[in-house]
Amino acid sequence: MGYSSVRGGLDAIEHAERLIDLTVVDSPHQVELPQVRDHLQLLLDQVMGEGGVYDPDLGALAVKQAEGDPIEASFLLRAYRTTLPRLGYSFPSTGRALRVMRRISSAFRDIPGGQVLGTTRDYTQRLLDFSLTSRREPSTLIAPLVDAPAAGEFPLVIDGLRDEGLAAPAPVRQHDEEPFDITREPMRFPATRAGRLQVLARGETGAMLSLAYAGLRGYGGAHGYVAELRSGDLPVMISHPVTGNPVRIGWVPVTECYQVVGGQASLQEGERHDYDLGYGIVTGRNERKAISMSILDGSLRKREKSTQPLEDEEYVMYHIDAIEAMGFVEHLKLPHYVGFTASLQRTSRVRELAQAARSRG
Amino acid sequence: MANVSTLLADRRAEFTGYSFAFLDDMAKREIRRSILKAIAIPGHQVPFGSREMPIARGWGTGGLQITLALVGPTDAIKVIDQGDDASVNAANLRRLIAKTTGATEVYATHEATLIQTRHRIPEERLGAGQILILQVPVPEPLRFVERSVAAARAMHAERDYAQMWLALYEDIVRRGEVSAGAGYPVMVNHRFIMAPSPIPRWDIPKLHHAQSLFLFGAGREKRIYAVPPFTDVRPLEFEDFPFDTEHFDGKSCIRCGATDSYLTESPREDGSKVAVCSDSSYCDDTLSGRKVVNRW
Repeated sequence: MGYSSVRGGLDAIEHAERLIDLTVVDSPHQVELPQVRDHLQLLLDQVMGEGGVYDPDLGALAVKQAEGDPIEASFLLRAYRTTLPRLGYSFPSTGRALRVMRRISSAFRDIPGGQVLGTTRDYTQRLLDFSLTSRREPSTLIAPLVDAPAAGEFPLVIDGLRDEGLAAPAPVRQHDEEPFDITREPMRFPATRAGRLQVLARGETGAMLSLAYAGLRGYGGAHGYVAELRSGDLPVMISHPVTGNPVRIGWVPVTECYQVVGGQASLQEGERHDYDLGYGIVTGRNERKAISMSILDGSLRKREKSTQPLEDEEYVMYHIDAIEAMGFVEHLKLPHYVGFTASLQRTSRVRELAQAARSRG
Repeated sequence: MANVSTLLADRRAEFTGYSFAFLDDMAKREIRRSILKAIAIPGHQVPFGSREMPIARGWGTGGLQITLALVGPTDAIKVIDQGDDASVNAANLRRLIAKTTGATEVYATHEATLIQTRHRIPEERLGAGQILILQVPVPEPLRFVERSVAAARAMHAERDYAQMWLALYEDIVRRGEVSAGAGYPVMVNHRFIMAPSPIPRWDIPKLHHAQSLFLFGAGREKRIYAVPPFTDVRPLEFEDFPFDTEHFDGKSCIRCGATDSYLTESPREDGSKVAVCSDSSYCDDTLSGRKVVNRW
């Protein structure tokens, strides 16, 4: 009888758990966590960023446990992160303190400090490298690696535009101001900029890429110019608990994108600057998301009433979080017998009424 | 920071390393305060800092956070999905609550102190002191007439429900019926229109002047709301177009024979259909002959 298969749910889910366990560990080639850390760096960067935890060990564990599904892995990280105590806040850090490993500008040919191509696949040919089917030695570098440059060696391109009055000055922030925390407070609209940037920073790469692309094609995002895309290590500074002096407790690898959008000087509003900044920052080397984030931030800065989807805060911010989206979309797998029964009764009632109306003439 | 090996060891030791009832104390305090506010303003959606849970959004994280903020080690916990205790997601939620708190797991409605539910209110009348926690996918009843959360919030504040009434009216004019099946909108305490969660129309009258407390949790949408005991809850209806529930005339449960419960139908291989009680506890009671008060 059909009914009995619905019962015994506990038994079924415990079996399912064992089957999942097999897919993760049942093979002579089990994934070792250092392999994930050393060689699946881009996946790890995405998972740690969207999971909201910078911890390569936990990230590698999540990737292994999730069979490489980036959304599931970041979900695991978030569900762990939420149980951790909030011990304190770091000082605000700016891109000026970045230990730069790569920086490019597509707005200017020459920039103070120079362009540094660094590690990028942009100008490689996407041919399958069959020599990777087995272990091999790494290729030799053309020039030896040098130590990372000192912070401040590469000034921000955007600062130059600000000095000229072409872009709005950098916002001034109180050091003791506690940041709005989207993991502790629900979003309200219009959102604060801190809240908006946090939502964007945890957003899912694919979703943000798709929205940013729609923006470039005319659904509200402005086609701006990448003043600077840079990646490297950002120092994390906190106040020493005893002395109160700023101390560095570590470095976090990040990629930043500074995009200038707009550009038509507004004659009516005298104080308005010609360009707005669209800003993106992600952990690690996820340039695709950093650029997408800067496009979305730029399009959301438009304050005039707009019907364009990408200029609608609620539309963008509610729909880029993969953990929430995948949960709700996949909940359609849950039983809906009760609701469907109710819907069937409504449908047949409406059909009866329509038939009665037709037969009346 | 714990390293991976201690985390793995923790996992085998089942929830050492986590707080009682998973949530940390600060989170529990915040959720309890939101619940108190929700009870003080029946039907009003209280925003709260919804935490990420170890189950997916849309699978009961709002209800779960309420349950975990309220549960104590001596509570008797019942979890139902579509009325059924043994449904897979209900079983998963119940074992998480039990594992992190030591609370007793029960199936019988009358034995439970806390009942977490998805899409049903039990057939058996709940008594004073029992709390029903409903999982809510979309807490905003105005969502289908106003998609902006900010604008809908203003409409609630101003009690501006004209668009909602208009939508119901248009529905009747076009189709001859209000098409909302599960999740029929209700007016709470003559003040707020509320989404009752996708319970069938059958369950809507139970919300009115009940002895028990109803709490609603929407985890993904980050809202908590409540219907306290003995509160006026009325389905939205017109004087000349009264609200109506589902009917199961002439049908009975194939398992227990009940003719007075909400039935769900499944097709059989021969093309016929069988109906069973969606409330498994009520079905068990009817089978065993236990007397159950099902008039709310």
